[in-house]
Amino acid sequence: MTAIDPLDMPVTEAGKGYWSGVGARLIRDPLTLICMSVIALLILSAIFAPWLGLGDPYKGSMIARLKPIGTPGHILGTDEQGRDMLARLIYGGRLTLFIGLTPVVLAFFIGGTLGIVAGYAGGWVNTLIMRTVDVFFAFPSVLLAIAISGALGAGIVNSLVSLTIVFIPPLTRVAEAVTSGVRALDYIDAARASGASALTVIRVHVIGNVLSPIFVYATSLTSVCMILAAGLSFLGIGVRPPEPEWGLMLNTLRSAIYVNPWLSALPGLMIFITSLCLNLLSDGVRSAMNVRD
Amino acid sequence: MFSYFLRRVILMLPVAFGVSVICFLLVQIAPGDPLTAIMPVDATADEQAAMRAIYGLDKPLPIQYAIWIGNLAHGDMGKSIATGRPVAGEVFGAVNNSLLLAFSAAVIAFPIGIFLGFLAGYFRDTWIDRVVTAISIAGVSVPNYWLGIVLVIIFSVNLGWLPSMGAGPGGSQDWSWDWLHMRHLVLPAVTLAVVPIGIVARTVRALAGDLLTQDFVLALYAKGMSRGDVLRHVARNAAATALSVMGLQLGYLLGGSILIETVFNWPGSGFLLSNAIFQRDLPLLQGTILVLALFFVAMNLIVDVAQAAIDPRIKRS
Repeated sequence: MTAIDPLDMPVTEAGKGYWSGVGARLIRDPLTLICMSVIALLILSAIFAPWLGLGDPYKGSMIARLKPIGTPGHILGTDEQGRDMLARLIYGGRLTLFIGLTPVVLAFFIGGTLGIVAGYAGGWVNTLIMRTVDVFFAFPSVLLAIAISGALGAGIVNSLVSLTIVFIPPLTRVAEAVTSGVRALDYIDAARASGASALTVIRVHVIGNVLSPIFVYATSLTSVCMILAAGLSFLGIGVRPPEPEWGLMLNTLRSAIYVNPWLSALPGLMIFITSLCLNLLSDGVRSAMNVRD
Repeated sequence: MFSYFLRRVILMLPVAFGVSVICFLLVQIAPGDPLTAIMPVDATADEQAAMRAIYGLDKPLPIQYAIWIGNLAHGDMGKSIATGRPVAGEVFGAVNNSLLLAFSAAVIAFPIGIFLGFLAGYFRDTWIDRVVTAISIAGVSVPNYWLGIVLVIIFSVNLGWLPSMGAGPGGSQDWSWDWLHMRHLVLPAVTLAVVPIGIVARTVRALAGDLLTQDFVLALYAKGMSRGDVLRHVARNAAATALSVMGLQLGYLLGGSILIETVFNWPGSGFLLSNAIFQRDLPLLQGTILVLALFFVAMNLIVDVAQAAIDPRIKRS
């Protein structure tokens, strides 16, 4: 009677083995680690900006406008209202990263749920959800984001809403595809035959098997979402001035490209670095998690 | 082939319907009363109600939608609130300019993307592959509105070689194929081309890499076929997928040009759209989005049909 239940052992071991394998592959991938550190650094500096001893990102000065990069006291110069660029770039990470990443997280939960329900239920539920999603695919993502934001007007919440709507359809489609695949497997039939309710089957047998491909796909959307979010502010339909936000800063500094050209390119460089790291990080996670598309 | 085409068209109809519903609802989600922009502040309740009746705003939404669609069928997309001119005329003029920009970008992007992607797929895991992969990742990661500004800084501000704004000398709106106009096209088209170069290169690399390791390639070599002829077979196999990616990219170029048009003051649909947004000119916003989205739907249809025409395997599945 002291025998270990054989059903318990392999399951937990297999689970541990997979994640430690993912971790081991990530540690051997220097490029992914570098990108992860850059993103972590950007997020941490944005969160802890008030304690970094920076200047006031809102306080301007009429006599110190558009100082070049390398000015004493303003390492990265000052913007068109004399505000310290370094402070604004670091504080700017707060809104830019928040608006750039939150929609993908929201869309991951909403789109993932819709897709799993559509894929598992099949029939008319599937048709209803997937045909609705198809309509949104008729809009290029930039156009859809601008259309909704343009109609709703500027503002942080409106940007979040419009970007979330943009990213729900692609995540629903991917979630539906992988769920339909899993749904057709024998062990699902077995679970159903044993009398488990749909909710139980989804919770116990489906979610664990579909989550990683959906998650990996969601990470690949973060870079596009960042670029779009900053793009909305660049167009003037995202964050409102005087908040520091990279897209908005890029927009207001455009008037200065004849005075101090490279200074005005700095906020865009931040967007580029972030989106590049997000893309490389997503590629690294994809290969570490062995997900094929 | 014709029955396939017909089936695709029929499948497209509900999507087109959905697109029109979304465009119609865009005006409904906009905060505030659509009349506030045109009514005087001191208008009485009776005057407002009369105006409401004239614009059909007193009717239930489905009726309003039916009226809107009926007018659309006659080519009437309403009048711009800001200028009072018919939306249709404004939109089609602007879309022409956007198409010019999108096609120019495609002409730059597709050959370069195919060439780079094929090179990387053929020389897989060599330094060539790594350089191309780096280029394509940078290409898909760059915020192109920023790249446009950087190109303006280099080529307009510092070097003074190319103009940074407009579609012709002195803000001219009429396009013609001479150097005076075409030099205005260079920077926006190159900027717009960067993202599709990355995407096409990435797609073609994966396609070429996969196909070159397949048995039929080995068999062709084994029967003594020259390298060029083998590559022709590979290209033919890759064509359908590559074509569909490029077709979609052309659609994205039209939608994605909005930000680039703003950077370069290009008088296209994006420029019109941002004006519509800032003047809260909802009929103009609605009309522009509708035309662009329907164009994208039509593009998808063309891509599907062309793909089936090239690759008979698709029609059967």
